[in-house]
Amino acid sequence: MANLKLTKVRKAYGSVEVLHGIDLDIRAGEFVVFVGPSGCGKSTLLRVIAGLEDITGGTLEIGGRVVNALTPKQRGIAMVFQSYALYPHMTVYDNMAFGLTLEKGTGKEEIDRRVREAARILQIEPYLDRLPKALSGGQRQRVAIGRAITRDPQVFLFDEPLSNLDAALRVQTRIEIARLHERMEGTTMIYVTHDQVEAMTLADRIVVLNKGHVEQVGSPMELYNSPDNLFVAKFLGSPSMNILPATIESAGATTRVVPQGGSTVDLPVATPGSLQGKPAHLGIRPEDLSVSDDRAAPFRGTVVLTESLGEVTLVYIDIGRADEPFVAKLPGEVAMERGTRIGLTARPEAMRLFDESGQAIRSQMRRAA
Amino acid sequence: MPYAVKRTGFYALVVFIVLFSVFPFYYAILTSLKSGTALFRVNYLPVDFSLANYEGVLTNGVFPTNILNSVILAVVVVAISLFLAVTAAYALSRINFAGRGLLLLTILAVSMFPQIAVLAGLFEMVRWAGVYNTLFSLIFAYMIFTLPFTVWVLTTFMRDLPIEIEEAAIVDGASPFTIVMRVFLPLMWPALVTTGLLAFIAAWNEFLFALTFVSNNATRTVPVAIALLSGASEQEIPWGTIMAASVIVTVPLIVLVLIFQRKIISGLTAGGVKG
Repeated sequence: MANLKLTKVRKAYGSVEVLHGIDLDIRAGEFVVFVGPSGCGKSTLLRVIAGLEDITGGTLEIGGRVVNALTPKQRGIAMVFQSYALYPHMTVYDNMAFGLTLEKGTGKEEIDRRVREAARILQIEPYLDRLPKALSGGQRQRVAIGRAITRDPQVFLFDEPLSNLDAALRVQTRIEIARLHERMEGTTMIYVTHDQVEAMTLADRIVVLNKGHVEQVGSPMELYNSPDNLFVAKFLGSPSMNILPATIESAGATTRVVPQGGSTVDLPVATPGSLQGKPAHLGIRPEDLSVSDDRAAPFRGTVVLTESLGEVTLVYIDIGRADEPFVAKLPGEVAMERGTRIGLTARPEAMRLFDESGQAIRSQMRRAA
Repeated sequence: MPYAVKRTGFYALVVFIVLFSVFPFYYAILTSLKSGTALFRVNYLPVDFSLANYEGVLTNGVFPTNILNSVILAVVVVAISLFLAVTAAYALSRINFAGRGLLLLTILAVSMFPQIAVLAGLFEMVRWAGVYNTLFSLIFAYMIFTLPFTVWVLTTFMRDLPIEIEEAAIVDGASPFTIVMRVFLPLMWPALVTTGLLAFIAAWNEFLFALTFVSNNATRTVPVAIALLSGASEQEIPWGTIMAASVIVTVPLIVLVLIFQRKIISGLTAGGVKG
């Protein structure tokens, strides 16, 4: 049972600062996922919390206690590494017991009980006498998780634990981790990944990091439905949100926007008059688009490419913008010749508006929608 | 070139190399088994078989003591060198501190001095420390050439051990000493065995320091003792006894290598981390 409180946490290597003042509150028992592109600082932040990296500035509290100067062990954390990091010369049993044997005052029977309990939970009992090299990747990662469980930590840290596993095993292990979180009630879990599916499925709350800053914190659906800014909007969702440069033609209780490559749309978003005539960005998720025969469909263009994924078809459309194609995700199989002209439309409520600097423009109406 | 020619050439080369490296030792064994004037007849197959030379060298005065000296000396040198080298290697490979590169280069530079260059200075130090004529002088002196290469080899080896394993141990609450002793040492067997053997051989065979720092017959080590073996008169060199003594002191080295070659197995870290 421990909450975490990060206050203006900074990390610098020499003169290069990689974390620029992270403020974050993590509740006890919460499952928080750090997500972001490579080099965004998510792993560094996890290692700072673990105590494997020194904190350059700010404070880190675990369970109300400032732990800046404490060792990982004193912080009451356990960590699962991407590369498993098992002790190659020890059996599975010894790997899981190692941390406990270093603790004074934990008896042999107690150690044995905890190791066997963890092995039972993770279904690795038959392998307790094996060396890591005799295990498959998924089994090794379970041993690594088991090693963390036996320590009975206050905070459980995962550093991209699934990225070395193949796709099928990844899904299975992901489900096991979700179950583990349910079972270990009260244990706070922090999970780092670059995989947005893992983030969306596992997290109570997601922390989106970019270049050492927190972009947004919220539940998966909050982030998906109302991203704070362009970065979060583009980062979550696959394929990512279509962003069109646009001009705000008229501001007010509803906003009229003219996107490049599309025709005028009216959004149920209230904008202040100061934005009248200003450039903005219009965002539409590919899954919100549908084909329309209406001549007034706001987005019209020629099909460049289609990708059939079975349950959906991705259609790439040239709407006259040089840079990125416009992507629509249409349900089922859709047969479309290259070069076909089609019209696309989306409900106005499903379109997001961002100002020139990339911040989301929202209003009460938008929230209600 | 036809396959047969290549193959023949290859094996001819193998035979040549084996002969070249084994023949001197073979000839020493042959000679050690001869006695009397047979010593001066050249033959390449064992015709005589007499253990008199062995009996002579093992019952003659202090030679058994010399063997014991060499064993103690080599074992102590290896033990101290490995302990110091492992702890130094941890610091040099895993802890960032100013001047680390310079320190490593200095260690390497020390091993470049010829023994003869440091002999006089070392002699003064040995006298000053009051360990002249004892094995301590040699233990101290031998570190000069065993430590540089043990430190270098172990540092390189330790640097290649996955950092995640060390971090996992830190998270598990292990102190640096526990990490070195319980996590790194078991993974470093191949390097420890190799460097330990080399250090042992170097200490076992060393001649110059052993000749200079010890003058007492009972404290000498084997290489010096053999060189100083003398016959009945000044004109006679007791080849048979010398060869028997040489064979006796070579056997432990061969036995050691045979025992430990089983330990030199690669891939000891397999399975710990994803390749």
